[in-house]
Amino acid sequence: MKILVTAKRVTDPNAKLVIDDDGSWIDDDVEYILNPFCENAVEAALQIASDNDAETIAIGIGDEEVQRYIRQGALARGVDRGIHVDAEEQELDSDLIAKILKAVVEREEPDMVLLGKQAVDGDSNQVGQLLAEMLGWPQATFASEVKVEGAEAIVTREVDGGLETLAVTLPAVITADLRLNDPRYASLAGIMKAKKKPLEELELDDLELDDEEPKVRVVKLHEPAGRSAGVVVADVDELLQKLTTEARVL
Amino acid sequence: MSKILVIAEYIDGVVKKATLTTLDMARQLADKKGADIDIAVLGSNIGGVASALTGYGAGTIYVADHAELEHALAPTWAKVIADIAEEAGADVIAASASTLGKDILPRVAARLEAGMASDVVAVVDTDDGPGFRRPMWAGALLADVVIDTDTWVVTARGSAFDAAPATGGESTIESFAAEPGLGASRTRFVKFDGTKSDRPTLDEADIVVAGGRGLKSADGFAQAVEPLADAVGGAIGASRAAVDDGFCPNDYQIGQTGKVVAPQLYFAVAISGAIQHLAGMKNSKVIVAINTRDDEPINKVADYSLVGDAFTVIPELCEKIAALKAAG
Repeated sequence: MKILVTAKRVTDPNAKLVIDDDGSWIDDDVEYILNPFCENAVEAALQIASDNDAETIAIGIGDEEVQRYIRQGALARGVDRGIHVDAEEQELDSDLIAKILKAVVEREEPDMVLLGKQAVDGDSNQVGQLLAEMLGWPQATFASEVKVEGAEAIVTREVDGGLETLAVTLPAVITADLRLNDPRYASLAGIMKAKKKPLEELELDDLELDDEEPKVRVVKLHEPAGRSAGVVVADVDELLQKLTTEARVL
Repeated sequence: MSKILVIAEYIDGVVKKATLTTLDMARQLADKKGADIDIAVLGSNIGGVASALTGYGAGTIYVADHAELEHALAPTWAKVIADIAEEAGADVIAASASTLGKDILPRVAARLEAGMASDVVAVVDTDDGPGFRRPMWAGALLADVVIDTDTWVVTARGSAFDAAPATGGESTIESFAAEPGLGASRTRFVKFDGTKSDRPTLDEADIVVAGGRGLKSADGFAQAVEPLADAVGGAIGASRAAVDDGFCPNDYQIGQTGKVVAPQLYFAVAISGAIQHLAGMKNSKVIVAINTRDDEPINKVADYSLVGDAFTVIPELCEKIAALKAAG
């Protein structure tokens, strides 16, 4: 069995973002972390691999810096090897990222692709689903539990109104929600080992995509209207008085 | 002529508000593009849903009623939606950014080789024509995006649009001969465990009462949040921390990766207000923070901050609200 898992780098959610001079992207001189949902996907890949004797491969897309997040976020935690696809992240939309992943899936032929359900920078929540359709594979998104039973993965999904359980025949695409697991920390030994693990570097040209044009373009970024802090009320009576006579919402 | 196909969502045969907010987005887009609107209803035994939607200005309501469509399994629903879009000649396919829309619409986009804008909060004019505004980076920034393909796929954030009112008029209801191909989807529905509640749902409520980690336990959460929700007739929500700690079901989670709400009144009880939580509620009309401190991030967005222990403040609040209501 073979599992491909994504290791996407995202801006640190607590970083102060500055819109660049062009107005259509951010100044990329900020702190980055591994996408939290990818941490869940990596953990799930490792757990499934240990139960099913599988090989695990982490993939990251972006400039050379991305290799750090593949090594520290995935290989140091125990993923067997990495693939880095060199590309300018800003020029990729969800569709192109899915196409890159599809090309890698065709080279590696994994039984399962695990991704974070969304990247917390773009917040699009599309790549796993796009990839599944492009491959003609079943999908189980927003997973909070995954078990492999024979030729199927039994997946519990977090959906509006409750929890849905699906059985998908492998190979399949599964996207991780936050409650899927508690990602392990990399051990010191893991970090040392990660430095020697294979990390293949691919250029976009190596993947022979049929199309390299993004379908969706950001034309302008702007700051949302701010919300100013209100007042501290003295007690319950003052709060109720404000809600009924000032805000008129009760 | 441009054509927008709106995917209907319903529960137990009743149209969801998410369908009407998506219709509102579709109308705004239709005005800019000069487009007509059609609706697609997929499922099993769903005639009632289609007839409930005839007064909303759609030209045709396509009904794909098929046993294999009973559960909204992404591969089969995406195939049928794409088939209906082709039949209708739709160049925009729109759904709510609910978990159903998020799960299925990207597959529709891939089938139709369309670009997709997720979780749209406004239809905007750009130098390159009509576009969509959507939050990125947990709403820290808003992006105006354009889609460069002929066919567009869009999901609309429910809290950012009003429920479209019925405008009268009749739509043609057309039965669509769906070919879902369930076997080829290699997906089997096993079960659904629904969250049981008599309270309003988060996406439909005018008042939301949300609890956080400060409530310390599932018992504490119930003790603080439930009486207040009942007193104001509100829905219950939670911070991610409260859900992670098992205080309440997962679909109570409000935030960047949970539900996004914008009610008239939002009570944040024992919630500090991480950026991910604020992303899910900061567009509420009035925000009340009830917390033991007044210098947390939540206090920077709250209209009214009440400092105190939730377990003593909330019973008093509930009692006084009840007295107010009794006084009329």
